Amino acid sequence: MLCVAVPYVATKPTGDIPVTETFYEVLRRQGITRRSFLKFCSLTATSLGLGSAAAPRIAHALETKARTPVIWLHGLECTCCSESFIRSAHPLTKDVVLSMLSLDYDDTLMAAAGHQAEAIIEEVKKKYKGNYIVAVEGNPPLNEDGMFCIHGGRPFVEVLKETCADAKAIISWGACASYGCVQAAKPNPTRATPVHKVITGKPIINVPGCPPIAEVMTGVVTYMLTFDRIPELDRQGRPKMFYGQRIHDKCYRRGHFDAGQFAEAWDDEGSRKGHCLYKMGCKGPTTYNACSSMRWNGGVSWPVQSGHGCIGCSEEGFWDKGSFYDRVTDIKQFGVEANADTIGKAAAGTVGAAIAAHAAVSALARARNSTSHGQPEKEGEK
Amino acid sequence: MPGEASDNFLMGYIRFAHFAAAYIFAVGLLGRVYWAFVGNHHAKQIFRLPITNPQWWSEVFFELRWYLFLEKTPKKYVGHNPMAQLMMFFFFTILAVGMLFTGFALYSEGAGLGSWQDTLFGWVIPALGGSMQVHNLHRLGMWIMMTFVLVHVYAAIREDIMSRQSLISTMISGWRMFKD
Ligand code: HEM
Ligand code: SF4
Ligand code: SF4
Repeated sequence: MLCVAVPYVATKPTGDIPVTETFYEVLRRQGITRRSFLKFCSLTATSLGLGSAAAPRIAHALETKARTPVIWLHGLECTCCSESFIRSAHPLTKDVVLSMLSLDYDDTLMAAAGHQAEAIIEEVKKKYKGNYIVAVEGNPPLNEDGMFCIHGGRPFVEVLKETCADAKAIISWGACASYGCVQAAKPNPTRATPVHKVITGKPIINVPGCPPIAEVMTGVVTYMLTFDRIPELDRQGRPKMFYGQRIHDKCYRRGHFDAGQFAEAWDDEGSRKGHCLYKMGCKGPTTYNACSSMRWNGGVSWPVQSGHGCIGCSEEGFWDKGSFYDRVTDIKQFGVEANADTIGKAAAGTVGAAIAAHAAVSALARARNSTSHGQPEKEGEK
Repeated sequence: MPGEASDNFLMGYIRFAHFAAAYIFAVGLLGRVYWAFVGNHHAKQIFRLPITNPQWWSEVFFELRWYLFLEKTPKKYVGHNPMAQLMMFFFFTILAVGMLFTGFALYSEGAGLGSWQDTLFGWVIPALGGSMQVHNLHRLGMWIMMTFVLVHVYAAIREDIMSRQSLISTMISGWRMFKD
């Protein structure tokens, strides 16, 4: 898919500190050879679906453009996004992207700690005002003034707001930052809140998934760093190039779905033959993500390939959407735990019985009228 | 479903039948809306309830009493009786539009980003809380529609017999016969 990108207002670094170091210089300083650098450019061009002609453009951009710093914040989370990210399949991508990132702030990965670490945020904020990217993993809990997540001695929500205030754009990593994930599942005791509900007036890129696929994460970062703009987003703020289609649209078991061949138990014939997992509750038809095309761990496998349905981990509120093993799940809006089929059957049954009773009474009334008054036509005259 | 996937297309045919019926349904509904504009006042009945008219409300309750066997003599109407009009408005007009919106929103997921279905109806999915929720509500709509069909068919036959006016033949001929 070719991506048309939405440019955002690129602000020139302000202040008296000249920002001259380019990405290329940084990479070379980190010990990455020119050969590796060029390979990385081709790889990125291909993984973003831009074709080989884009590789020299990416190289040129990285050689000439001043480095955009990235601050990686951690809120209420399980760190699975970081775990996914550092396992990006291609070692080159990982090295390069990590070199691009690790220079700045990521409290899980960086060497510095304590006050020294916190000072970095301040420094980046000052030095690159309006020209740095904030990547958020996890989300801020708002109950009790945000005391459920403390970052460097302060509520995370405060750190988040301050850090984002001068950012150019924000990346919301994973289901936590994009939608809230498990800590926001009902009853959400800490009032964990997705980033876009706390930060407004900035471009925010949602990269949902629990976690997102490593190559999707590096793809998004690389795209933003090299092209200096955010990728084109859909209605829910997700990059179209990775979240434009459902799992079901690219699933290799789709042929079995269309043929009507389903696994109906975990150990039945259909299951062994690799039939479609729809009847086992697969959420592929209602989940937007790149698993069925990019797969996981460098293309080794992905959930459906290993025989389990998709659980819809990149969809909003997936913990609250009923069982992972049913397709017809509970409708929570009515405040009762009932699904469309139980409501429907109960309603149709009750109404059917009521009709039968009503018809019987009607027939009785009519019979009584016609026997006691002779012609039913007389009814109108009474 | 035994055999090779390449030899079978059961779900494919079911989905095709559903989508073909859905398009006919959509075109029919559009035609009906058009008719509400150019047809006579009866054609507008199921789109507009005279809720500010107390007389109409009292007739709704009259009909309700008639169905509860509390009135001995039915009233006769050339168009829908007020109770029927109320029911048709909610269980046909609103429901049909709801099925159309949720249905085309689901269709847009297959048709893809940028398709006309996505442009016109794609917003429904986040608005209703995600794809899964739209599937569930679309399915619930089916049940409501089926339940309504039960009531609707029963009421039409019963009225035809009990209220001394033609209903079923009227659907075809367009003429209402009063039998007294
Ligand atoms: C008026 C009556 C309609 C009824 C009773 C009806 C019924 C249903 C039912 C029961 C389902 C399965 C829901 C599930 O996934 O659990 C469904 C799916 C669907 N319907 Fe409808 N529908 C109607 C109208 C429409 C319309 C107007 C469209 C527009 C094109 C439409 C498009 C779809 C689509 C795209 C699906 C999903 C199919 C899939 O996931 O493979 N429907 N419908
Ligand atoms: S296994 Fe899941 S994603 Fe794959 S075709 Fe079946 S329902 Fe769709
Ligand atoms: S297959 Fe579904 S549940 Fe599994 S990782 Fe992908 S989106 Fe998440």
